[in-house]
Amino acid sequence: MEELAEKARGYGLIILAHLAVILSWHLFVVWGEVPSYVMPTPAATVVTLASPDYHWLDNTLVTAGEIFGGYALGVLFGVSLALIFSWVRILNAVFFPLFVSLNMIPKVALGPLFIVWFSYGLGSNIIIAFSICFFPILLTTARGLTEIEPDLIDLVRSLRASRWQIFTKIQLPGALPYVFSGMKVGAILAVAGAVVGEFIASDKGLGYLMIQVQSTLDTAAMFMAVILLSLVGISLYLLVTGLERICVVKDARLG
Amino acid sequence: MAAQPFIQLDGVRKVYRSRGEEFLAVSDVTMAVAEGELVSLVGPSGCGKTTVLKILAGLHPHDGGEVRIGNAETAFDAGRDVGMVFQQSLLLKWRRIIDNVLLPAEILGLPRKASRERARELLAMVGLAGEEDKYPYELSGGMQQRAAIARSLVHDPKVILMDEPFGALDALTREKMNLELLRIWSEAKKTIVFVTHSIQEAVFLGTRCAVLTAGPARMADTFDIALPYPRQLDIKTQEAFGEYTRRIYRQLDMG
Ligand SMILES: Nc1ncnc2c1ncn2[C@@H]1O[C@H](COP(=O)(O)OP(=O)(O)O)[C@@H](O)[C@H]1O
Ligand SMILES: [Mg+2]
Repeated sequence: MEELAEKARGYGLIILAHLAVILSWHLFVVWGEVPSYVMPTPAATVVTLASPDYHWLDNTLVTAGEIFGGYALGVLFGVSLALIFSWVRILNAVFFPLFVSLNMIPKVALGPLFIVWFSYGLGSNIIIAFSICFFPILLTTARGLTEIEPDLIDLVRSLRASRWQIFTKIQLPGALPYVFSGMKVGAILAVAGAVVGEFIASDKGLGYLMIQVQSTLDTAAMFMAVILLSLVGISLYLLVTGLERICVVKDARLG
Repeated sequence: MAAQPFIQLDGVRKVYRSRGEEFLAVSDVTMAVAEGELVSLVGPSGCGKTTVLKILAGLHPHDGGEVRIGNAETAFDAGRDVGMVFQQSLLLKWRRIIDNVLLPAEILGLPRKASRERARELLAMVGLAGEEDKYPYELSGGMQQRAAIARSLVHDPKVILMDEPFGALDALTREKMNLELLRIWSEAKKTIVFVTHSIQEAVFLGTRCAVLTAGPARMADTFDIALPYPRQLDIKTQEAFGEYTRRIYRQLDMG
């Protein structure tokens, strides 16, 4: 009962904080007499949703598709490669340092290149989102797979545990918190990747829409696009943390 | 002591080789342990106690001398007949206590139902009845170590190797665990090699005590501890107890 009350208070505070930000935003615009092309009121921002020219639903779905697509690929390849590296030592020795270096490249700077290679549109935006979220997922998963207590390995080796038993019973479940940690970082990056792709060249999506309304100074629509983008990002993030809650015992979760 | 020792180390030597360098960790260890004995192995930090234990567990090859475990009456299977307890409990965070205890049984492929039954009995024996379905983080350090002891017994090994199992506990819990260990030992009837750097603990627990010199480990002394079991904490105030501890201090050039 008490726990429930505490939870309710927690959520209440979160909602309150958000409402406070929206209220301050409103008051700032109204009292500061900020022109609407600089900053619209919250209400004016929401009203833009009624404008059919902006195809909000279509544009949001396109961007969400790019984000989820790139992210799914990032998780799939990031986790799989980390697993392969943990099994095939020679591949790990050759490629892991390479991936650490590749991680240093500012991936968004590759955007224009990807568009040259794959032409603009859904595909290249998915690839940009993928390339930016893939590395943290690979690197943290790989780290999780190697982070095992040496004494624990001794304990199971004294029982002549097979490589496969060590992998399934210790390595893999032990790496799971790291996988999720990488996935949470990746989720945020995937959103940025997809939008950057749309900024560079595209004919659909929220990023595209932002560039369009920039020229007509419909700042309210830009605000709305940012809000929708954030909502897509938050949904993805909540999906991942929800999954983490199911898969990883409380004490083992990483930040 | 029985006619034929169960564990016999004869002039055992161990050299670690890493990056072209050789390091003599154990120079000459000779000791014999009879079946059902609880032998304390005491020596200063870094003298090679863990190394001796790992040789006994079959985890490290030794470079000289002879190691024999098992005798004519009792066979010894290196992969099945060793249970280990370390300073850290090394419980898997994502497993409930009962499933942690079952880990060795799973690795050895022992029958599930019977093992589960046995794990329950062992948890009751170490004083963790009712805690089976908790996660490790829900238990105190002392309770986690109890679970680790239950885990070391679940596959019914003939030898239990303990490497400073109570070294991370506070002084009071440690004394309590010493009493508990003696009770468990008298109930489970195992041969135990107990590594510690605490002279008091070595004398309090052991039927016999082997003293190692500062590294590279050499056997300095080995003697029977003729204090009757069951032992209570007040034996520490007895003159005989003091004699034994002084004997060890002298061996370690501290008395
Ligand atoms: N795997 C290893 N490689 C090289 N040196 C080691 C290794 N393990 C232990 N040593 C060294 O051997 C010596 C004895 O170590 P250890 O057996 O752990 O001592 P103790 O358990 O008595 O503290 C130490 O000096 C330690 O640094
Ligand atoms: Mg040690």
